[in-house]
Amino acid sequence: MSPSWLRELLLGARMALAGGRSGLARATLTAVGVGLGVAMLLAAVSIPHMMQARSDRGAARADQNYGTQVARTDRSTLVGVADMQYRDTSFRGRLVQAEGSQPVLPPGLSALPRPGEMAVSPALARLLVSPEGALLRERLHYPTTALIADEGLQGPGELAFYLGTDTLTADTSGVSRRNAFGDENTSEGLDPVLLLLVVIIFVVLLLPVAMFVASAIRFGGDSRDRRLAGVRLVGADTGMARRIAAGEAMLSALLGIAAGAVMFLAGRSFVGSVELMGISVYPSDVQPDPVLAALIVLAVPAAAVVVTMLSLRRVLIEPLGVVRRGADTPRRLWWRLLMPALGVLLLLPLVGSVSKESEGFSEWQVIGGVCLILLGVATLLPWLVQSVVRRIHGGPVAWQLAVRRLQLDGSMSARAVTGVAVAVAGAIGLQMMFAAVEANYQRFSGQDSTRAQISIAARMPHGWSDAAGFAARLAATPGVTSVTPRSVLSLNLPASPSGEQASAPLTIGECAVLRRLAELGDCADGDVFLVDNPDVPVPAPGATVTLNEEGEGATWTIPSGARTVRPLSDPLNGDTVGLLATPAALPVAIRDRPDLQLQALVTVDAAATDTVDRVTNTRWELDPLGTTWELNPTVVDNKFAQIRRGLFAGAAATLLLIGASLLVVVLEQLRDRRRLLAVLVAFGTRRRTMSWAILWQTAVPVVLGLVLACAAGVGLGAVLLRIIGAPVAIDWAGIGVVSALAGGVILLVTGLSLPVLWRLMRAEGLRTE
Amino acid sequence: MTEPLLVGTDLFKMYGTTPALRGSSLTVRAGEIVAVMGSSGSGKSTLLHCLAGIVRPDDGTVVYAGRQISAMSDVERSALRRRDFGFVFQFGQLVPELTCVENVALPLRLDGVRRKEAERRSREWLDRLEVGDVAGKLPGQISGGQGQRIAVARALVTEPKVVFADEPTGALDSLNGEKVMQLLGQAARDTGAAVVLVTHEPRVAAYADREVVVRDGASLDLERVA
Amino acid sequence: MSIGHSFLGLLEGRPRHGYDLKRAYDERFSPGRPLHHGQVYATLSRLLKNGLVVVDGLEPGEGPERKRYAVTDAGITDVQSWLSQPEKPEPYLQSVLYTKVVLALMTGRPADEILDVQRTEHLRLMREVTRRKTGGDLAEQLICDHALFHLEADLRWLELTAARLNELAARVRP
Repeated sequence: MSPSWLRELLLGARMALAGGRSGLARATLTAVGVGLGVAMLLAAVSIPHMMQARSDRGAARADQNYGTQVARTDRSTLVGVADMQYRDTSFRGRLVQAEGSQPVLPPGLSALPRPGEMAVSPALARLLVSPEGALLRERLHYPTTALIADEGLQGPGELAFYLGTDTLTADTSGVSRRNAFGDENTSEGLDPVLLLLVVIIFVVLLLPVAMFVASAIRFGGDSRDRRLAGVRLVGADTGMARRIAAGEAMLSALLGIAAGAVMFLAGRSFVGSVELMGISVYPSDVQPDPVLAALIVLAVPAAAVVVTMLSLRRVLIEPLGVVRRGADTPRRLWWRLLMPALGVLLLLPLVGSVSKESEGFSEWQVIGGVCLILLGVATLLPWLVQSVVRRIHGGPVAWQLAVRRLQLDGSMSARAVTGVAVAVAGAIGLQMMFAAVEANYQRFSGQDSTRAQISIAARMPHGWSDAAGFAARLAATPGVTSVTPRSVLSLNLPASPSGEQASAPLTIGECAVLRRLAELGDCADGDVFLVDNPDVPVPAPGATVTLNEEGEGATWTIPSGARTVRPLSDPLNGDTVGLLATPAALPVAIRDRPDLQLQALVTVDAAATDTVDRVTNTRWELDPLGTTWELNPTVVDNKFAQIRRGLFAGAAATLLLIGASLLVVVLEQLRDRRRLLAVLVAFGTRRRTMSWAILWQTAVPVVLGLVLACAAGVGLGAVLLRIIGAPVAIDWAGIGVVSALAGGVILLVTGLSLPVLWRLMRAEGLRTE
Repeated sequence: MTEPLLVGTDLFKMYGTTPALRGSSLTVRAGEIVAVMGSSGSGKSTLLHCLAGIVRPDDGTVVYAGRQISAMSDVERSALRRRDFGFVFQFGQLVPELTCVENVALPLRLDGVRRKEAERRSREWLDRLEVGDVAGKLPGQISGGQGQRIAVARALVTEPKVVFADEPTGALDSLNGEKVMQLLGQAARDTGAAVVLVTHEPRVAAYADREVVVRDGASLDLERVA
Repeated sequence: MSIGHSFLGLLEGRPRHGYDLKRAYDERFSPGRPLHHGQVYATLSRLLKNGLVVVDGLEPGEGPERKRYAVTDAGITDVQSWLSQPEKPEPYLQSVLYTKVVLALMTGRPADEILDVQRTEHLRLMREVTRRKTGGDLAEQLICDHALFHLEADLRWLELTAARLNELAARVRP
């Protein structure tokens, strides 16, 4: 860089700060605007590290063997899974038992809790002492002797506990023996469809932020042009003026980066106390990816210079003033169409290629395609605004003022609105994909929550002979109206002629229970029934079957008197399949085998509260390694709904951010026209007229932008749906919500600019000569 | 002598802590042209703003055709300015995105005249001020002298009783200034409008019937002194 | 006639000798162009003859320079009416107007009134010329413009002087 270059850039930087209060205000505004954007970008590039740190800690405490055999040693520790749910939160629980004097420890613990004592996460400790934790306190009534340290938790808000015990045995299901914690196996990657969704969420939310940064750099552009004209007057040539402008823009951008870094750090320190979608994050996990962060630091000033140069392209800065050009040249359409067309072309090869089972896809192809389609909105909008506005005539004065203003300089408003349009287009596309993916991931479970509300699984130490006692305990729980106990075992059927080893479930229960599963007719203890359901073939009476278990399974010959019956629908599993046996029909070795699992369907009094947690408390007493779950006709991952809410929140935040830049543009225009406004007031213009003019002037480009955004969004959504192989369906409700949000932003912007308009319309404006 | 049309009496106006008017008075009769002279900062523009009901004086009264303007609401004063007053300023008064004829038609349209009719009447005025040929152009495409004539046409198109002109030739060269003043004076006399002409140029003031000097916020009617 | 009025005005402050009068006049009103002795003598004798001044005392020696003059009541009235009459606007008026202003300041009379009266007179003529101009042909217009520009120049001088009266007063009042 030659010294004169440097000098001019520095001069520009000084000029960005010059101009007294208004100059400082302008620089501050730009810095805050760019800073907001930079902070959001930094937050975004911190997500990979954040996720990595979480999953690293998750892997470090992994304790499931998945079938591998681990020998008992002095160091081995038995771990039982006791995950549970309290209210709406499910959390991690482990029973731990040392097998020797030197047990290995999970991360975050300095010693294994002794039997009957527990170590809990700080968040769980807080919950347990709070009034909200009363019912949980009944369940986890053990003395807390330690807190789990940060390295043993995924986030500061995570609920987790390790309960010491001495009752575990290595061969119980759900119990693993460990000589070390952690799992080197790479965790399974995100399902490709979800990955696609995440990638698109990023693009859709961050692209408008980037555009906001670009428009923030343009804040104060008009007064900058006038300043540059002044510089030209004292002898600067066009090149020098441009370099000075570049220097100004660069300084603003650098201030913005500094502001962004401060905002990011400030925001990071609050992150620990925030929990979003059940995920909490340690501030120390929020670390921007160094490469991407460096890219931001370099790209923002570079973008500032490029944006400035582009904006100067349409402006002729002469010593005596600024001439805007380009109002007369009709905008060309073809290259504007090129971008979305290229975007679609990039995405088309992916059609049908992404599914839950597929291998993955080129993320960059998707990012590129989506970006191009959305940027197409940004490039098409000025053309659309110009072409439509040019054809508008007539109307009342306010309308005429607004339309003529747009005709003369529509690009100003259009530019501000492009951010809104891009955000809306992205949100609509995403929304469509969401609706489809959600439907995909939501399947009809066959469960009927009108016939039973809770299902319990618990091991019975003495097999079926414990069933009646367990059922009685559950039935005594407040809020429970009935309990239907049964057990299900898996049977290996004799190999078929083709050599295929089939299996079928065997359900054990009293006649009254089995009667709900099939049309039994007569039933007495000792009867066995074969369910006629084409989904699962059953062996003939007299056949010998083997219990599906480790080692040599116990065998049982189906009594010849077994009858074939027609299935009924079961609240838990849908239409019944397999074999049904009353307890007396089974040999003791099968019926009373230790740790036979009880499955109990529970109905509850709808008026009672907290019944699920009370039932869980009872179940915990019966078997801490058991499970409790609520029956649901559809299985919805409720994180999905939260992500969806998060998307709307993100879209709203983005729109507000863009609304802020729109407001700045409007206010700047108003200030520039202070004198004209005063003159209009002098000859008797009503406030109302001018207010409407402002509203129209903002609303016309926004409405056009929304129309374009809806079209592009639906197009984008359609392509994305084809990619995941889902049928194209337009989500009108989503479009409605997003459009309403955008409309609200416009009203907000107009509303906020009116006080300034009215202040400027007080005739004092005439004094400034 | 005809009855006074517009009378400002003992007007006081402060801007912040700076007094702009300190007991200024002025009487305008129907159809006469009064030049208000004075050095810059003397308060002559403020006097005009008070008389025209743009600014409410802190003290003193402005009476127009028997009605006290200084006691009217903003809505009433705006309506009065639309119907009975016209305005010409030094610069920056034409709406840049409206064509010349639309600019002239603006006051009529603000008062509810239909667009066609408003633009027809505006064209007549443009012809009268010899700028009919630029009717369809934007203010940015015409010369300063033409722009001031458009402004004069706009001030007169509602056929006001009083035209307030604040340095109407301030940004023009001698010849264009003279022309604008001649056209303004002539048109005002033709329509019987009174003109309050604020200027610091003696040659412009010479188009008036009499002059008033504002000094330090007080006005002197020199003819009375003499 | 302004030399006589100037002498009267100068004498209003205190009686002066002839040479004293000449020196005061030269200094204030005509620097670089001193009065001839003959002019001084002729003026004083005319004022004496009209009863506007009287000889207040004599010093040893000959000639008017040795006599001390004082202004009479009639002389004061004469200065007053001269000051309050506007001059007919015409080119190169400044020297007379300047003399008037300075005299007014020296004798404690309101100098701004002199300027205002003059300004009104000038503008009255400008309006007249403007009217003539708007009715006239090109030649007439050009002639009128010439007059207008000169009158305007005077008027600007009047304005400027009015704006600087205080400064001037400080200079001329001892």
